[in-house]
Amino acid sequence: MVIGLAHYLVVAAILFTIGVFGIFVNRKNVIIILMCVELILLAVNINFVAFSAHMAEGAGNNPMAGQVFALFILTVAAAEAAVGLAILVVYFRNRGNIAVENIDLMKG
Amino acid sequence: MLQTISLFAPQLLLAVTASLLLGFGVSKDKDRSIIVRYIAVGLLILFAFIGLLLGQPTGEAFKGALRVDNYSHYVNMFMGLSAAAALMFSKSYFQTEKLDRYEYSVLVLYAVLGMSIMVSANSLLSLYIGIELQSLALYVMAAFNRDSLRASEAGLKYFVLGAISSGLLLYGSSLIYGFTGSLEFDRIAQVVSEGATPGIIAGMVFLLCGLAFKISAVPFHMWTPDVYEGSPTPVTGFFSAAPKFAAMALIARLVVGPFGDIVTQWQQVIIVLAVLSMFVGAIGALAQTNVKRLMAYSSIANMGYALVPLAAGTVAGVKGMLIFMSIYVITVIGIFACILQMRIRNGMVEQISDLSGLSKSNKSLAIILSLFMFSLMGIPPLLGFFGKWFAFAPAVEANLTWLVVLALIASVIGAFYYLRLVKTMWFEQPENEFVQAPKTLRGLSAISVLLVFPLLILPFIAVRSQGIIALAAESLF
Repeated sequence: MVIGLAHYLVVAAILFTIGVFGIFVNRKNVIIILMCVELILLAVNINFVAFSAHMAEGAGNNPMAGQVFALFILTVAAAEAAVGLAILVVYFRNRGNIAVENIDLMKG
Repeated sequence: MLQTISLFAPQLLLAVTASLLLGFGVSKDKDRSIIVRYIAVGLLILFAFIGLLLGQPTGEAFKGALRVDNYSHYVNMFMGLSAAAALMFSKSYFQTEKLDRYEYSVLVLYAVLGMSIMVSANSLLSLYIGIELQSLALYVMAAFNRDSLRASEAGLKYFVLGAISSGLLLYGSSLIYGFTGSLEFDRIAQVVSEGATPGIIAGMVFLLCGLAFKISAVPFHMWTPDVYEGSPTPVTGFFSAAPKFAAMALIARLVVGPFGDIVTQWQQVIIVLAVLSMFVGAIGALAQTNVKRLMAYSSIANMGYALVPLAAGTVAGVKGMLIFMSIYVITVIGIFACILQMRIRNGMVEQISDLSGLSKSNKSLAIILSLFMFSLMGIPPLLGFFGKWFAFAPAVEANLTWLVVLALIASVIGAFYYLRLVKTMWFEQPENEFVQAPKTLRGLSAISVLLVFPLLILPFIAVRSQGIIALAAESLF
Protein backbone atom coordinates (compact mmCIF):
# COMPACT_ATOMS: atom_id res chain seq x y z
CA MET A 1 0.00 0.00 0.00
CA VAL A 2 1.30 3.39 -0.93
CA ILE A 3 0.80 6.00 1.73
CA GLY A 4 -0.61 9.02 -0.08
CA LEU A 5 -1.79 12.51 0.78
CA ALA A 6 -5.27 11.27 1.69
CA HIS A 7 -3.92 9.05 4.47
CA TYR A 8 -2.10 11.92 6.10
CA LEU A 9 -5.15 14.14 5.86
CA VAL A 10 -7.34 11.49 7.47
CA VAL A 11 -4.90 11.03 10.34
CA ALA A 12 -4.75 14.78 10.84
CA ALA A 13 -8.54 15.06 10.74
CA ILE A 14 -8.88 12.29 13.33
CA LEU A 15 -6.30 13.92 15.61
CA PHE A 16 -8.01 17.26 15.22
CA THR A 17 -11.39 15.78 16.15
CA ILE A 18 -9.93 13.97 19.15
CA GLY A 19 -8.41 17.26 20.27
CA VAL A 20 -11.63 19.24 19.94
CA PHE A 21 -13.71 16.53 21.61
CA GLY A 22 -11.16 16.16 24.35
CA ILE A 23 -11.59 19.80 25.25
CA PHE A 24 -15.36 19.69 25.41
CA VAL A 25 -15.94 16.19 26.82
CA ASN A 26 -13.16 16.18 29.41
CA ARG A 27 -14.47 17.08 32.87
CA LYS A 28 -11.45 16.21 34.95
CA ASN A 29 -8.34 18.25 34.57
CA VAL A 30 -7.22 21.44 32.89
CA ILE A 31 -3.86 19.91 31.99
CA ILE A 32 -5.72 17.50 29.70
CA ILE A 33 -7.24 20.52 27.96
CA LEU A 34 -3.73 21.90 27.37
CA MET A 35 -2.70 18.54 25.93
CA CYS A 36 -5.72 18.59 23.62
CA VAL A 37 -4.74 22.05 22.42
CA GLU A 38 -1.30 20.71 21.53
CA LEU A 39 -2.96 17.80 19.74
CA ILE A 40 -4.98 20.19 17.59
CA LEU A 41 -1.87 22.17 16.68
CA LEU A 42 0.05 19.01 15.80
CA ALA A 43 -2.81 17.82 13.60
CA VAL A 44 -2.56 21.10 11.74
CA ASN A 45 1.19 20.63 11.43
CA ILE A 46 0.72 17.19 9.87
CA ASN A 47 -1.69 18.77 7.41
CA PHE A 48 0.75 21.49 6.46
CA VAL A 49 3.73 19.22 6.03
CA ALA A 50 1.76 16.62 4.10
CA PHE A 51 0.35 19.21 1.73
CA SER A 52 3.79 20.69 1.34
CA ALA A 53 5.41 17.33 0.56
CA HIS A 54 2.80 16.36 -2.02
CA MET A 55 2.55 19.71 -3.75
CA ALA A 56 3.58 19.98 -7.39
CA GLU A 57 6.25 22.58 -8.20
CA GLY A 58 5.40 25.59 -10.28
CA ALA A 59 2.23 27.38 -11.37
CA GLY A 60 2.21 29.65 -8.35
CA ASN A 61 2.45 26.75 -5.92
CA ASN A 62 4.72 27.27 -2.98
CA PRO A 63 5.70 23.96 -1.35
CA MET A 64 8.16 25.56 1.06
CA ALA A 65 5.55 27.84 2.63
CA GLY A 66 3.78 24.95 4.36
CA GLN A 67 6.93 23.77 6.10
CA VAL A 68 7.78 27.29 7.17
CA PHE A 69 4.27 27.66 8.55
CA ALA A 70 4.69 24.39 10.49
CA LEU A 71 7.86 25.78 12.11
CA PHE A 72 6.04 28.97 13.04
CA ILE A 73 3.21 26.95 14.58
CA LEU A 74 5.69 24.96 16.69
CA THR A 75 7.26 28.16 17.97
CA VAL A 76 3.99 29.90 18.73
CA ALA A 77 2.61 26.73 20.37
CA ALA A 78 5.54 26.78 22.77
CA ALA A 79 4.82 30.42 23.66
CA GLU A 80 1.15 29.64 24.05
CA ALA A 81 1.83 26.71 26.34
CA ALA A 82 4.06 28.93 28.48
CA VAL A 83 1.35 31.57 28.85
CA GLY A 84 -1.32 28.93 29.44
CA LEU A 85 0.64 27.17 32.15
CA ALA A 86 1.44 30.50 33.81
CA ILE A 87 -2.26 31.36 33.98
CA LEU A 88 -2.96 27.85 35.26
CA VAL A 89 -0.41 28.26 38.05
CA VAL A 90 -2.02 31.56 39.05
CA TYR A 91 -5.41 29.89 39.06
CA PHE A 92 -4.15 26.98 41.13
CA ARG A 93 -2.72 29.34 43.75
CA ASN A 94 -6.09 31.04 44.15
CA ARG A 95 -8.32 28.02 43.98
CA GLY A 96 -6.29 25.11 45.31
CA ASN A 97 -7.17 22.67 42.55
CA ILE A 98 -7.52 22.57 38.79
CA ALA A 99 -10.55 20.33 38.28
CA VAL A 100 -12.57 21.50 35.29
CA GLU A 101 -15.89 21.10 37.11
CA ASN A 102 -14.76 23.62 39.72
CA ILE A 103 -14.17 26.40 37.20
CA ASP A 104 -17.70 27.67 37.62
CA LEU A 105 -17.48 30.86 39.66
CA MET A 106 -19.09 32.67 36.74
CA LYS A 107 -21.74 30.95 34.68
CA GLY A 108 -21.68 31.81 31.01
CA MET B 1 14.13 48.00 1.68
CA LEU B 2 13.55 51.66 2.51
CA GLN B 3 9.99 51.34 1.28
CA THR B 4 9.41 48.32 3.50
CA ILE B 5 10.68 50.24 6.51
CA SER B 6 8.45 53.22 5.84
CA LEU B 7 5.43 50.93 5.42
CA PHE B 8 6.30 48.97 8.51
CA ALA B 9 7.19 52.07 10.56
CA PRO B 10 4.09 52.05 12.83
CA GLN B 11 4.60 48.42 13.83
CA LEU B 12 8.35 48.87 14.09
CA LEU B 13 7.80 51.80 16.45
CA LEU B 14 5.62 49.70 18.73
CA ALA B 15 7.82 46.61 18.63
CA VAL B 16 11.03 48.45 19.45
CA THR B 17 9.65 50.79 22.06
CA ALA B 18 7.59 48.10 23.81
CA SER B 19 10.70 45.98 24.21
CA LEU B 20 12.71 48.98 25.44
CA LEU B 21 9.97 49.90 27.93
CA LEU B 22 9.98 46.35 29.23
CA GLY B 23 13.60 46.84 30.19
CA PHE B 24 13.13 50.40 31.40
CA GLY B 25 10.35 49.43 33.78
CA VAL B 26 12.57 47.13 35.77
CA SER B 27 13.89 49.01 38.74
CA LYS B 28 15.13 47.87 42.09
CA ASP B 29 13.79 50.61 44.30
CA LYS B 30 11.41 52.78 42.28
CA ASP B 31 7.99 51.96 40.90
CA ARG B 32 8.06 53.15 37.32
CA SER B 33 4.53 52.14 36.38
CA ILE B 34 3.25 55.71 36.13
CA ILE B 35 5.95 57.02 33.84
CA VAL B 36 5.79 53.88 31.71
CA ARG B 37 2.03 54.37 31.35
CA TYR B 38 2.43 57.96 30.15
CA ILE B 39 5.16 56.97 27.69
CA ALA B 40 2.96 54.15 26.38
CA VAL B 41 -0.01 56.48 25.94
CA GLY B 42 2.20 58.90 24.03
CA LEU B 43 3.50 56.07 21.85
CA LEU B 44 -0.01 54.86 21.08
CA ILE B 45 -1.08 58.35 20.04
CA LEU B 46 2.05 58.65 17.90
CA PHE B 47 1.24 55.21 16.46
CA ALA B 48 -2.28 56.38 15.63
CA PHE B 49 -1.03 59.34 13.63
CA ILE B 50 2.27 58.06 12.25
CA GLY B 51 0.52 57.04 9.05
CA LEU B 52 -0.59 60.64 8.56
CA LEU B 53 2.85 61.99 9.44
CA LEU B 54 4.51 59.77 6.83
CA GLY B 55 1.97 60.82 4.22
CA GLN B 56 -0.01 57.57 4.29
CA PRO B 57 2.36 55.38 2.27
CA THR B 58 0.67 52.44 0.59
CA GLY B 59 2.06 49.23 -0.80
CA GLU B 60 3.24 45.79 0.18
CA ALA B 61 5.96 45.09 2.69
CA PHE B 62 8.05 41.93 3.23
CA LYS B 63 7.39 40.46 -0.22
CA GLY B 64 3.64 40.74 0.10
CA ALA B 65 3.27 39.46 3.65
CA LEU B 66 1.83 42.76 4.82
CA ARG B 67 -0.29 45.12 2.84
CA VAL B 68 -0.50 48.71 3.95
CA ASP B 69 -3.33 50.74 2.47
CA ASN B 70 -5.82 53.41 3.48
CA TYR B 71 -7.88 50.75 5.18
CA SER B 72 -5.12 49.70 7.55
CA HIS B 73 -4.18 53.35 8.19
CA TYR B 74 -7.74 54.13 9.22
CA VAL B 75 -8.16 51.08 11.47
CA ASN B 76 -4.71 51.62 13.02
CA MET B 77 -5.65 55.16 13.90
CA PHE B 78 -8.79 54.05 15.70
CA MET B 79 -7.06 51.19 17.47
CA GLY B 80 -4.22 53.39 18.64
CA LEU B 81 -6.53 56.06 20.03
CA SER B 82 -8.91 53.62 21.72
CA ALA B 83 -6.01 51.71 23.26
CA ALA B 84 -4.53 54.98 24.53
CA ALA B 85 -7.89 55.87 26.08
CA ALA B 86 -8.18 52.41 27.63
CA LEU B 87 -4.68 52.75 29.06
CA MET B 88 -5.52 56.15 30.53
CA PHE B 89 -8.62 54.95 32.28
CA SER B 90 -6.79 52.01 33.79
CA LYS B 91 -4.68 54.40 35.89
CA SER B 92 -6.98 55.29 38.76
CA TYR B 93 -8.50 51.81 38.96
CA PHE B 94 -5.19 50.02 39.18
CA GLN B 95 -3.84 52.50 41.68
CA THR B 96 -6.76 52.11 44.07
CA GLU B 97 -6.73 48.34 43.68
CA LYS B 98 -2.95 48.37 44.25
CA LEU B 99 -2.40 46.52 40.99
CA ASP B 100 -0.37 49.12 39.21
CA ARG B 101 2.44 47.31 37.45
CA TYR B 102 4.27 48.65 34.46
CA GLU B 103 3.87 45.36 32.56
CA TYR B 104 0.26 46.27 31.87
CA SER B 105 1.24 49.18 29.61
CA VAL B 106 3.77 47.02 27.80
CA LEU B 107 1.16 44.31 27.25
CA VAL B 108 -1.20 46.88 25.76
CA LEU B 109 1.55 47.93 23.35
CA TYR B 110 2.19 44.33 22.30
CA ALA B 111 -1.53 43.68 21.86
CA VAL B 112 -1.86 46.73 19.63
CA LEU B 113 1.19 45.60 17.66
CA GLY B 114 -0.50 42.24 17.06
CA MET B 115 -3.73 43.93 16.04
CA SER B 116 -2.02 46.22 13.57
CA ILE B 117 -0.32 43.21 11.98
CA MET B 118 -3.74 41.55 11.79
CA VAL B 119 -5.37 44.40 9.92
CA SER B 120 -2.62 44.65 7.35
CA ALA B 121 -2.11 40.91 6.98
CA ASN B 122 -1.84 39.85 3.38
CA SER B 123 -0.96 36.21 3.84
CA LEU B 124 -2.22 33.45 6.12
CA LEU B 125 1.09 33.37 7.96
CA SER B 126 1.10 37.05 8.94
CA LEU B 127 -2.58 36.72 9.84
CA TYR B 128 -1.76 33.92 12.27
CA ILE B 129 1.25 35.67 13.76
CA GLY B 130 -0.76 38.86 14.26
CA ILE B 131 -3.63 37.05 15.94
CA GLU B 132 -1.36 35.11 18.27
CA LEU B 133 0.67 38.18 19.21
CA GLN B 134 -2.55 39.94 20.12
CA SER B 135 -4.14 36.97 21.91
CA LEU B 136 -1.14 36.04 24.05
CA ALA B 137 -1.03 39.59 25.38
CA LEU B 138 -4.78 39.61 25.98
CA TYR B 139 -4.78 36.30 27.90
CA VAL B 140 -2.29 37.72 30.35
CA MET B 141 -4.22 40.98 30.65
CA ALA B 142 -7.44 39.12 31.51
CA ALA B 143 -5.68 37.41 34.41
CA PHE B 144 -3.80 40.55 35.38
CA ASN B 145 -5.28 40.73 38.86
CA ARG B 146 -3.45 37.62 39.84
CA ASP B 147 -4.64 37.46 43.41
CA SER B 148 -8.27 37.40 42.39
CA LEU B 149 -9.94 34.07 41.75
CA ARG B 150 -12.38 35.64 39.31
CA ALA B 151 -9.68 37.25 37.21
CA SER B 152 -7.58 34.11 37.01
CA GLU B 153 -10.66 32.08 36.10
CA ALA B 154 -11.45 34.61 33.38
CA GLY B 155 -7.90 34.34 32.08
CA LEU B 156 -8.05 30.56 32.07
CA LYS B 157 -11.37 30.45 30.21
CA TYR B 158 -10.19 33.02 27.71
CA PHE B 159 -6.99 31.09 27.14
CA VAL B 160 -8.66 27.71 26.57
CA LEU B 161 -11.31 29.04 24.19
CA GLY B 162 -8.80 31.28 22.45
CA ALA B 163 -6.55 28.27 21.89
CA ILE B 164 -9.45 26.32 20.34
CA SER B 165 -10.19 29.27 18.09
CA SER B 166 -6.62 29.46 16.85
CA GLY B 167 -6.76 25.70 16.29
CA LEU B 168 -9.83 26.10 14.08
CA LEU B 169 -8.24 29.00 12.28
CA LEU B 170 -5.06 27.04 11.62
CA TYR B 171 -6.93 24.00 10.40
CA GLY B 172 -8.77 26.25 7.96
CA SER B 173 -5.49 27.83 6.85
CA SER B 174 -3.94 24.41 6.25
CA LEU B 175 -6.87 23.35 4.06
CA ILE B 176 -6.74 26.58 2.09
CA TYR B 177 -2.99 26.20 1.66
CA GLY B 178 -3.38 22.61 0.50
CA PHE B 179 -6.07 23.32 -2.06
CA THR B 180 -4.72 26.59 -3.43
CA GLY B 181 -1.01 25.95 -3.09
CA SER B 182 -0.18 29.29 -1.56
CA LEU B 183 -0.47 31.36 1.60
CA GLU B 184 -0.58 34.70 -0.19
CA PHE B 185 -4.01 36.32 -0.36
CA ASP B 186 -3.50 37.47 -3.96
CA ARG B 187 -2.67 33.99 -5.18
CA ILE B 188 -5.56 32.49 -3.16
CA ALA B 189 -7.94 35.00 -4.76
CA GLN B 190 -6.66 33.99 -8.19
CA VAL B 191 -7.22 30.27 -7.55
CA VAL B 192 -10.61 30.91 -5.97
CA SER B 193 -11.75 32.93 -8.99
CA GLU B 194 -10.94 29.98 -11.24
CA GLY B 195 -13.39 27.86 -9.29
CA ALA B 196 -13.68 27.08 -5.61
CA THR B 197 -13.33 23.43 -4.64
CA PRO B 198 -15.10 22.02 -1.56
CA GLY B 199 -11.71 21.93 0.20
CA ILE B 200 -11.28 25.68 -0.14
CA ILE B 201 -14.82 26.34 1.05
CA ALA B 202 -14.36 24.06 4.07
CA GLY B 203 -11.11 25.87 4.87
CA MET B 204 -12.82 29.23 4.58
CA VAL B 205 -15.59 28.15 6.95
CA PHE B 206 -13.03 26.96 9.52
CA LEU B 207 -11.15 30.23 9.14
CA LEU B 208 -14.29 32.29 9.66
CA CYS B 209 -15.25 30.18 12.71
CA GLY B 210 -11.85 30.83 14.25
CA LEU B 211 -12.24 34.57 13.65
CA ALA B 212 -15.83 34.54 14.94
CA PHE B 213 -14.37 33.58 18.33
CA LYS B 214 -12.35 36.78 18.31
CA ILE B 215 -15.35 39.02 17.65
CA SER B 216 -17.44 36.86 20.03
CA ALA B 217 -20.11 36.11 17.45
CA VAL B 218 -22.65 33.48 18.44
CA PRO B 219 -22.22 30.40 18.57
CA PHE B 220 -18.62 31.18 19.57
CA HIS B 221 -19.50 33.68 22.29
CA MET B 222 -19.50 31.53 25.45
CA TRP B 223 -16.30 33.05 26.80
CA THR B 224 -17.41 36.67 26.48
CA PRO B 225 -19.69 37.19 29.51
CA ASP B 226 -17.35 35.33 31.86
CA VAL B 227 -14.21 37.05 30.66
CA TYR B 228 -15.85 40.46 30.74
CA GLU B 229 -17.14 39.89 34.25
CA GLY B 230 -13.96 38.41 35.69
CA SER B 231 -11.32 40.69 34.21
CA PRO B 232 -10.47 43.98 35.90
CA THR B 233 -12.86 46.65 34.58
CA PRO B 234 -10.31 48.68 32.55
CA VAL B 235 -9.21 45.47 30.86
CA THR B 236 -12.83 44.75 29.97
CA GLY B 237 -13.07 48.23 28.48
CA PHE B 238 -9.98 47.56 26.39
CA PHE B 239 -11.29 44.14 25.26
CA SER B 240 -14.55 45.54 24.03
CA ALA B 241 -12.97 48.24 21.88
CA ALA B 242 -9.71 47.72 19.98
CA PRO B 243 -9.53 43.89 19.63
CA LYS B 244 -13.10 43.73 18.35
CA PHE B 245 -12.40 46.39 15.76
CA ALA B 246 -9.21 44.63 14.65
CA ALA B 247 -10.87 41.22 14.28
CA MET B 248 -13.80 42.71 12.43
CA ALA B 249 -11.46 44.58 10.10
CA LEU B 250 -9.55 41.35 9.49
CA ILE B 251 -12.76 39.48 8.62
CA ALA B 252 -13.68 42.20 6.15
CA ARG B 253 -10.25 42.07 4.54
CA LEU B 254 -10.44 38.30 4.30
CA VAL B 255 -13.91 37.98 2.81
CA VAL B 256 -13.57 40.68 0.18
CA GLY B 257 -9.91 39.92 -0.59
CA PRO B 258 -9.08 36.23 -1.13
CA PHE B 259 -12.69 35.10 -1.08
CA GLY B 260 -14.15 38.02 -3.00
CA ASP B 261 -15.33 35.74 -5.80
CA ILE B 262 -17.35 33.34 -3.70
CA VAL B 263 -19.64 35.88 -2.07
CA THR B 264 -22.60 33.52 -2.03
CA GLN B 265 -20.65 30.95 0.00
CA TRP B 266 -19.35 33.17 2.78
CA GLN B 267 -22.44 35.32 2.81
CA GLN B 268 -24.38 32.43 4.34
CA VAL B 269 -21.84 31.99 7.12
CA ILE B 270 -21.81 35.71 7.90
CA ILE B 271 -25.62 35.93 7.87
CA VAL B 272 -25.99 33.00 10.28
CA LEU B 273 -23.39 34.54 12.62
CA ALA B 274 -25.08 37.94 12.40
CA VAL B 275 -28.63 36.75 13.08
CA LEU B 276 -27.63 34.49 15.97
CA SER B 277 -25.41 37.17 17.56
CA MET B 278 -28.06 39.86 17.37
CA PHE B 279 -30.73 37.75 19.03
CA VAL B 280 -28.60 35.97 21.61
CA GLY B 281 -27.01 39.30 22.49
CA ALA B 282 -30.36 41.04 22.87
CA ILE B 283 -32.18 38.27 24.71
CA GLY B 284 -29.26 37.12 26.86
CA ALA B 285 -28.81 40.61 28.26
CA LEU B 286 -32.35 40.81 29.59
CA ALA B 287 -31.66 38.72 32.65
CA GLN B 288 -28.28 40.22 33.61
CA THR B 289 -27.75 42.09 36.84
CA ASN B 290 -24.05 42.82 36.43
CA VAL B 291 -23.08 45.86 34.36
CA LYS B 292 -20.03 44.15 32.86
CA ARG B 293 -22.02 41.08 31.82
CA LEU B 294 -24.61 43.41 30.35
CA MET B 295 -21.88 45.11 28.32
CA ALA B 296 -20.67 41.67 27.18
CA TYR B 297 -24.07 40.78 25.77
CA SER B 298 -24.38 44.25 24.32
CA SER B 299 -21.08 43.78 22.51
CA ILE B 300 -22.22 40.38 21.19
CA ALA B 301 -25.35 42.03 19.79
CA ASN B 302 -23.37 44.92 18.32
CA MET B 303 -20.98 42.55 16.56
CA GLY B 304 -24.09 41.02 15.00
CA TYR B 305 -25.16 44.44 13.70
CA ALA B 306 -21.65 45.07 12.35
CA LEU B 307 -21.78 41.80 10.39
CA VAL B 308 -25.02 42.85 8.66
CA PRO B 309 -23.41 45.34 6.23
CA LEU B 310 -20.50 42.97 5.71
CA ALA B 311 -22.92 40.31 4.45
CA ALA B 312 -23.66 42.61 1.51
CA GLY B 313 -20.07 42.18 0.34
CA THR B 314 -19.95 45.59 -1.37
CA VAL B 315 -17.82 48.70 -0.95
CA ALA B 316 -20.76 50.38 0.75
CA GLY B 317 -21.03 47.38 3.05
CA VAL B 318 -17.41 47.61 4.19
CA LYS B 319 -17.85 51.34 4.63
CA GLY B 320 -20.98 50.76 6.71
CA MET B 321 -19.11 48.27 8.87
CA LEU B 322 -16.25 50.74 9.42
CA ILE B 323 -18.62 53.55 10.37
CA PHE B 324 -20.60 51.32 12.71
CA MET B 325 -17.51 49.92 14.40
CA SER B 326 -15.90 53.37 14.81
CA ILE B 327 -19.02 54.71 16.50
CA TYR B 328 -19.31 51.61 18.64
CA VAL B 329 -15.70 51.94 19.80
CA ILE B 330 -16.19 55.60 20.75
CA THR B 331 -19.38 54.78 22.66
CA VAL B 332 -17.94 51.81 24.49
CA ILE B 333 -14.85 53.74 25.58
CA GLY B 334 -17.15 56.43 26.95
CA ILE B 335 -19.34 53.93 28.78
CA PHE B 336 -16.40 52.25 30.45
CA ALA B 337 -14.97 55.63 31.44
CA CYS B 338 -18.34 56.27 33.12
CA ILE B 339 -18.49 52.87 34.82
CA LEU B 340 -14.96 53.33 36.16
CA GLN B 341 -15.87 56.73 37.57
CA MET B 342 -18.53 55.36 39.82
CA ARG B 343 -16.92 54.21 42.97
CA ILE B 344 -19.04 53.52 46.00
CA ARG B 345 -17.70 53.15 49.49
CA ASN B 346 -17.10 49.42 49.40
CA GLY B 347 -15.61 49.16 45.94
CA MET B 348 -16.48 49.59 42.28
CA VAL B 349 -19.96 49.67 40.83
CA GLU B 350 -20.63 46.24 39.37
CA GLN B 351 -24.34 45.62 39.86
CA ILE B 352 -26.98 47.49 37.91
CA SER B 353 -28.88 48.15 41.14
CA ASP B 354 -25.85 50.08 42.42
CA LEU B 355 -26.66 52.72 39.84
CA SER B 356 -30.04 53.54 41.35
CA GLY B 357 -30.63 57.21 41.91
CA LEU B 358 -27.46 58.26 40.15
CA SER B 359 -29.34 61.27 38.76
CA LYS B 360 -29.73 62.65 42.28
CA SER B 361 -26.21 62.09 43.49
CA ASN B 362 -24.32 62.88 40.29
CA LYS B 363 -26.47 64.50 37.68
CA SER B 364 -23.87 65.14 34.97
CA LEU B 365 -22.67 61.54 35.02
CA ALA B 366 -26.24 60.30 34.78
CA ILE B 367 -26.87 62.55 31.77
CA ILE B 368 -23.69 61.33 30.05
CA LEU B 369 -24.42 57.67 30.68
CA SER B 370 -28.01 58.08 29.49
CA LEU B 371 -26.77 59.71 26.29
CA PHE B 372 -24.51 56.72 25.66
CA MET B 373 -27.38 54.33 26.28
CA PHE B 374 -29.62 56.24 23.88
CA SER B 375 -26.79 56.22 21.35
CA LEU B 376 -26.44 52.43 21.64
CA MET B 377 -30.20 52.12 21.18
CA GLY B 378 -29.95 54.22 18.04
CA ILE B 379 -32.14 57.19 18.93
CA PRO B 380 -31.92 59.75 16.08
CA PRO B 381 -29.92 62.84 16.96
CA LEU B 382 -27.19 60.71 18.54
CA LEU B 383 -24.36 59.13 16.62
CA GLY B 384 -25.55 55.57 17.25
CA PHE B 385 -28.49 56.18 14.96
CA PHE B 386 -26.20 57.09 12.09
CA GLY B 387 -24.07 54.05 12.81
CA LYS B 388 -27.05 51.78 12.38
CA TRP B 389 -28.26 53.78 9.40
CA PHE B 390 -25.01 53.35 7.50
CA ALA B 391 -24.77 49.73 8.60
CA PHE B 392 -28.22 48.70 7.48
CA ALA B 393 -28.57 50.75 4.27
CA PRO B 394 -26.00 48.69 2.24
CA ALA B 395 -27.72 45.47 3.28
CA VAL B 396 -31.04 46.77 1.95
CA GLU B 397 -29.34 47.72 -1.31
CA ALA B 398 -27.97 44.17 -1.57
CA ASN B 399 -31.48 42.70 -1.30
CA LEU B 400 -31.05 41.55 2.28
CA THR B 401 -34.10 43.45 3.53
CA TRP B 402 -35.24 40.53 5.69
CA LEU B 403 -31.89 40.56 7.49
CA VAL B 404 -32.30 44.26 8.23
CA VAL B 405 -35.83 43.64 9.53
CA LEU B 406 -34.44 40.99 11.89
CA ALA B 407 -31.71 43.41 12.98
CA LEU B 408 -34.30 46.08 13.74
CA ILE B 409 -36.38 43.62 15.78
CA ALA B 410 -33.26 42.66 17.73
CA SER B 411 -32.41 46.28 18.40
CA VAL B 412 -35.93 46.91 19.70
CA ILE B 413 -35.50 44.00 22.11
CA GLY B 414 -32.07 45.38 22.99
CA ALA B 415 -33.54 48.81 23.72
CA PHE B 416 -35.31 47.26 26.71
CA TYR B 417 -32.20 46.67 28.78
CA TYR B 418 -30.58 49.95 27.87
CA LEU B 419 -33.79 51.66 28.95
CA ARG B 420 -33.83 49.67 32.16
CA LEU B 421 -30.42 51.07 32.98
CA VAL B 422 -31.68 54.58 32.29
CA LYS B 423 -34.73 53.95 34.45
CA THR B 424 -32.58 52.71 37.33
CA MET B 425 -30.51 55.87 37.16
CA TRP B 426 -33.36 58.37 36.99
CA PHE B 427 -36.42 56.92 38.69
CA GLU B 428 -35.13 54.93 41.63
CA GLN B 429 -34.14 56.06 45.08
CA PRO B 430 -30.43 56.58 45.67
CA GLU B 431 -28.83 53.89 47.78
CA ASN B 432 -25.15 54.62 47.58
CA GLU B 433 -22.95 57.58 47.93
CA PHE B 434 -20.48 57.94 45.14
CA VAL B 435 -16.92 58.96 45.65
CA GLN B 436 -15.51 61.85 43.62
CA ALA B 437 -14.10 60.58 40.34
CA PRO B 438 -10.57 61.33 39.12
CA LYS B 439 -10.07 63.98 36.44
CA THR B 440 -8.80 61.78 33.61
CA LEU B 441 -11.92 59.63 33.68
CA ARG B 442 -14.23 62.62 33.71
CA GLY B 443 -12.28 64.09 30.80
CA LEU B 444 -12.43 60.88 28.78
CA SER B 445 -16.15 60.41 29.22
CA ALA B 446 -16.74 64.07 28.38
CA ILE B 447 -14.67 63.77 25.20
CA SER B 448 -16.47 60.69 23.99
CA VAL B 449 -19.88 62.07 24.80
CA LEU B 450 -18.98 65.19 22.84
CA LEU B 451 -17.96 62.96 19.93
CA VAL B 452 -21.19 60.99 20.14
CA PHE B 453 -23.22 64.18 20.33
CA PRO B 454 -22.81 66.62 18.70
CA LEU B 455 -19.26 66.91 17.33
CA LEU B 456 -19.14 64.08 14.80
CA ILE B 457 -22.61 64.96 13.52
CA LEU B 458 -21.61 68.49 12.50
CA PRO B 459 -21.86 68.44 8.70
CA PHE B 460 -18.35 69.66 7.92
CA ILE B 461 -16.81 66.95 10.12
CA ALA B 462 -19.24 64.18 9.20
CA VAL B 463 -18.86 64.63 5.44
CA ARG B 464 -15.07 64.70 5.61
CA SER B 465 -14.80 61.66 7.86
CA GLN B 466 -17.22 59.81 5.61
CA GLY B 467 -14.92 60.59 2.71
CA ILE B 468 -11.94 59.15 4.61
CA ILE B 469 -13.88 56.00 5.49
CA ALA B 470 -15.07 55.60 1.92
CA LEU B 471 -11.46 55.80 0.69
CA ALA B 472 -10.47 53.21 3.28
CA ALA B 473 -13.23 50.85 2.19
CA GLU B 474 -12.41 51.28 -1.49
CA SER B 475 -8.76 50.38 -0.97
CA LEU B 476 -9.82 46.83 -0.07
CA PHE B 477 -11.37 46.10 -3.44
